[in-house]
Amino acid sequence: MHQNNPMSTQPITRNSPAHAMLRAAVRDFVQTELDPHAEHWEKQGIWPARDVLKKMGDLGFLGLSYPEAYGGGGADYTFNAVLLEELGHAVPMGATLGICVHTDMATPALAQHGNEDLKQRYLAPAIRGEIVSAIAVSEPDAGSDVAAIRTRADDDGDDYVINGSKMWITNGAQADYLCLLAKTGSSGGHSGSSLIVVPTNTPGFSVSRKLDKLGLRDSDTAILSFDNVRVPKTNRIGEEGKGFQYQMQQFQRERLAMTLMSLGSMERCIELTKKYLKARKAFGKPLGHNQFIYFKLAELISEIEALRYLAYECVSQYAAGQDMTRLASMAKLKSGLLSRQVADMCLQFHGGMGYVEEYPIARYFRDIRLWAIGGGADEVMMEVIAKYEGLGPKGK
Amino acid sequence: MNIIALIKQTPDTAKLSRTLNGLQLMADGQPRIVNPWDEYTLETALRLKEKHGGKKVTALCLGNPESIEALRTAIAMGADEAILINDAALANADSLGTARALAAAIKKIGAYDIIVGGRSAIDGNMGATAVQVATLLGVPMLSYVAALNAVNGGAKSISVVRAMEYGRETVTSTLPCVMTVVKEIAEPRYPNFMGIRKASKAVIPTWKLADLGLSAADVAAKVTWAVDLPPTRDTNVEMIQGSPAEQAKALVDKLMAAKII
Ligand SMILES: Cc1cc2nc3c(=O)[nH]c(=O)nc-3n(C[C@H](O)[C@H](O)[C@H](O)COP(=O)(O)OP(=O)(O)OC[C@H]3O[C@@H](n4cnc5c(N)ncnc54)[C@H](O)[C@@H]3O)c2cc1C
Repeated sequence: MHQNNPMSTQPITRNSPAHAMLRAAVRDFVQTELDPHAEHWEKQGIWPARDVLKKMGDLGFLGLSYPEAYGGGGADYTFNAVLLEELGHAVPMGATLGICVHTDMATPALAQHGNEDLKQRYLAPAIRGEIVSAIAVSEPDAGSDVAAIRTRADDDGDDYVINGSKMWITNGAQADYLCLLAKTGSSGGHSGSSLIVVPTNTPGFSVSRKLDKLGLRDSDTAILSFDNVRVPKTNRIGEEGKGFQYQMQQFQRERLAMTLMSLGSMERCIELTKKYLKARKAFGKPLGHNQFIYFKLAELISEIEALRYLAYECVSQYAAGQDMTRLASMAKLKSGLLSRQVADMCLQFHGGMGYVEEYPIARYFRDIRLWAIGGGADEVMMEVIAKYEGLGPKGK
Repeated sequence: MNIIALIKQTPDTAKLSRTLNGLQLMADGQPRIVNPWDEYTLETALRLKEKHGGKKVTALCLGNPESIEALRTAIAMGADEAILINDAALANADSLGTARALAAAIKKIGAYDIIVGGRSAIDGNMGATAVQVATLLGVPMLSYVAALNAVNGGAKSISVVRAMEYGRETVTSTLPCVMTVVKEIAEPRYPNFMGIRKASKAVIPTWKLADLGLSAADVAAKVTWAVDLPPTRDTNVEMIQGSPAEQAKALVDKLMAAKII
């Protein structure tokens, strides 16, 4: 990313007083502005993106590592990492996923490859929290296999005319613009697609419906439809035909972001469980005094810490402008596997209370399940790692 | 108008076990926070600057070296400058000793129009320091301020609303003055990222007693404390099951059986 300067001689630190202050400020924000609304947002099936993002934009939280010229903080990525880890602690995980889409999934390619006018019109207001963004890649018939997308942006003079549909789009019901991956040109596979900024008030665009989900019910995940949606070619991010490549880069940041958020969320889950195990008694002693239980927790906590340092290494590499694909794929894989395990064991140790909605564990169990699927399923991460390791048919 | 905000760093009493040692809450190794009442202090000081023609906000803290963090938070929220008073001789100061050091520091800062403090600090809970500062400076004291009506730096006057148990009082005073504020005054803001960056680079001077022209004897504690804690009681939690109506009935039965109602 251009905001990270590989030539800088300044060492990258993760633990300055500014990091600590940012951490405290985000924690405070989560506890006062997000957590109290968790139940309400879940019931209404959507989080108030506009309100929340405006508040965060005013505090400068939405563009920590974007250039100051667009209203960003101009800081290195380590600050953004602090934001994500702390957002991970929030109870309404659908809302925080929506925030994370806005900061780390729908804006990085625009910031890196977008033209000046596009950045002033979309990146700057997104950083100020005035508009809501979404990343529209997946389709009903193309999730893991991104190259199989069928949504087309056909050439028509100075415009593209877009037809097709997108599926499972986070913030889809309330986004003001999409960072859309669509086929341009006739060649198939990796070389024939482009990333295009599509304002959702363009005629022909519609939200087909909001999806009813297992978890993250406070997040609006939608099916979107494009019926001759006309946007100027100047809305294309970077070069034509490079969309797949840009999106693969953008995915790296997305995967690291999800990993960082999962760290905060697993920590919260373990804390809730520790507390419960101290208070709950069975067979004349606190549940937490059973060796199986405290051994299992000790093991899980060790794994979370191991993942944390793998993630921090990715953060350092990314902040230094290096390619972190190999490690970030490993971190995302581990995050997907471990968060399922943490949620499952913690629910187990809550017994019947883990199964009822009065306790936060049930919701966590449903919400965190996405982590092994979204942003590239565990198996897709394995595929990437295997390729690096020279394994399988694609390994060199 | 120059505004001085008196900020204290305290242990997070919500996270403390109940151990008291004389005057001081034992809080070794515990994270310290900005005295929650002083978040309102700072918000008031910032509003005096932004909405009532103030020129500069200086945050002033008497504390240990770690209290620099509280002052950084003050700068992150918007204070222009911050000063720490730290001296080994102040370690066991009572509120009068603290007030003497604060008043001397305020005189050293020089120009001041309004000094703002919180209603009390959550560790000592005396609410005496600001009053003593006003006395030492020989300026009016406005306590329990819940709203600012009008502030006129040119005419050197201020009108505020005090929240009293029996109702509200509108009080007008000359400036300079000292005021302590209560929660209703304004919701404290979050520090924004620009403020955080500024705060992380800010140079915060530390003043010793000698810098204030004071000796250890000037601030030696005159008041001593002995604290009796009520014995800890075992509590028992019992979950009442059933429909809301059944739960209510069972609860009332239990409260009556325990002769609480
Ligand atoms: C709540 C939610 C939010 C989402 N938000 C967005 C969003 O904002 N934007 C967006 O573009 N997309 C979004 N998605 C889509 C998400 O990225 C896809 O669901 C995901 O990439 C998996 O694709 P798929 O569902 O088509 O699964 P498929 O590709 O059909 O795969 C199904 C399963 O098969 C296995 N599998 C797949 N490929 C392989 C392989 N090569 N080897 C072995 N096993 C394999 C995996 O277990 C995988 O889970 C979201 C999804 C959900 C559920």
